[in-house]
Amino acid sequence: MNAQEVRKLFPILHQEVNGKPLVYFDSAATSQKPVPVIEALEKYYREYNSNVHRGVHTLGTRATDAYEGAREKVRRFINAKSTQEVIFTRGTTTSINTVAASYGLSNLSEGDEIVITPMEHHSNIIPWQQVAKKTGATLKYIPLKEDGSIDLQDVESTITEHTKIVSVMQVSNVLGTINPVKEIGAIAHKHGAIMVVDGAQSTPHLKVDVQDLDCDFFAFSSHKMCGPTGIGVLFGKKALLNKMEPVEFGGEMIDFVDLYDSTWKELPWKFEGGTPIIAGAIGLGAAIDFLSDIGLDNIHRHEEELAKYAIEQMSEIEGITIYGPKERAGIVTFNIDDVHPHDVATVLDAEGIAVRAGHHCAQPLMKWLNTSSTARASFYLYNTKDEIDSFVKGLVTTKEYFGHVF
Amino acid sequence: MSSNLDQLYRQVIMDHYKNPRNKGQLGEDTVTINMNNPTCGDRIQLHLKVVDGKIADAKFDGEGCSISLASASMMTQSVKGLSVEDAIKLAHIFYDMMLGKDYDDTSFDLGDIEALQGVSKFPARIKCATLAWKAMEKGVGNEDEI
Repeated sequence: MNAQEVRKLFPILHQEVNGKPLVYFDSAATSQKPVPVIEALEKYYREYNSNVHRGVHTLGTRATDAYEGAREKVRRFINAKSTQEVIFTRGTTTSINTVAASYGLSNLSEGDEIVITPMEHHSNIIPWQQVAKKTGATLKYIPLKEDGSIDLQDVESTITEHTKIVSVMQVSNVLGTINPVKEIGAIAHKHGAIMVVDGAQSTPHLKVDVQDLDCDFFAFSSHKMCGPTGIGVLFGKKALLNKMEPVEFGGEMIDFVDLYDSTWKELPWKFEGGTPIIAGAIGLGAAIDFLSDIGLDNIHRHEEELAKYAIEQMSEIEGITIYGPKERAGIVTFNIDDVHPHDVATVLDAEGIAVRAGHHCAQPLMKWLNTSSTARASFYLYNTKDEIDSFVKGLVTTKEYFGHVF
Repeated sequence: MSSNLDQLYRQVIMDHYKNPRNKGQLGEDTVTINMNNPTCGDRIQLHLKVVDGKIADAKFDGEGCSISLASASMMTQSVKGLSVEDAIKLAHIFYDMMLGKDYDDTSFDLGDIEALQGVSKFPARIKCATLAWKAMEKGVGNEDEI
């Protein structure tokens, strides 16, 4: 993979910020969009914008074909058995909330357990807290090892015959940890629980195969993988989805509507109430084509190299703490001694370098790390080693800038 | 290094960050307000002692960036001794300053506070600077304004 060539397809990267070439290291928050994705959105709005699944007219057919075509692209991308298992949602958060509100509320009761980890993003914690509160179920946490990874022994000892749902992120948005979700899922299944995987940080960077993972639900977002914001996916095994009730009711998801009762469309549409996110789905389809052409394995290798290079360079600067395990995705979360991450991010921004500072929507993990916030540099297919050199220089500048104060 | 950055991190701000004034707890008869900035995790615990409509004493504890902690330190310094009414007025002068608007610099001696002017050039940091002032307003019961 040639990152220099890839960069050419991302118009936003070719600009100066505060008089310096932009170094965008915040892709874990949201990725930038390549020309083919921008063009797919534009083409839809310019040439065949129309509602789907209803019009008899030509534009309606084109829009429906493109929308359902995108669903087939997603199916192939995650290797689902059928497009009936691919539900378009607003994003990972909505996907997990759908499982919690539909499956969780109707299948759990007092005495049951939901098992998650302390490294989860808020979107994979709060929906389960709500289910626990409403059903009387107990929320339990798999403890983390000192380096922020998960030991399967601990999974074994946390999951019991009372556990009904296990939900774990595949890649940590803070530590970059790649979690053994397949093995965790096998343990969950052994105890009769279902396995939910938060794939928000994995689908952009790793080859995902939901059949191989054998997970029951898998949630991810388009905007972190070069696609537009506002759309994501909930994969669910057909047998489970068939038994579940929709959470949103209205147009698009119905079969027959009578005065006092109605019936639902078949899968996947019964979970897609209202006019769907048509342009978003088409844009996501274009992003999938784009990533698949380059190859997820190539992307993953490139990011691993960048992370390794960054950590090597950063380790040479005194007073920098890097969080997380050695083996990781392209995410480096860190702190500089005596400099608050906001101040780090502001000084780097003055150098044209965009990083994230804060709690990364993972307050329980921050508590576990014994810090209130951190700075995070996250890499994607369009980043280069030259950019890491600028970033490392920026860190030295930051240290010097604040150094005279302390 | 850009001059905007030097305006943001002026020496007096760094001094308040490094040597915060009025850090700690107050004794009895005080109002305690906990406030945080949910988007970034900064948090402040402000203690106010209000006697006969006057802020007799103010202390704070907290975690946050240089701007939020320096601002908290400066805020406690400048509201001490002010009537509740004046403290609220001063908060609003400060908000105007943060938004880059023309602000009233004649009614009060703004002292160190004016050093925070540079924050207005960094929209993402305005919330850091206003956190302690919002806590103060809440503490004196001016929640409607927040």
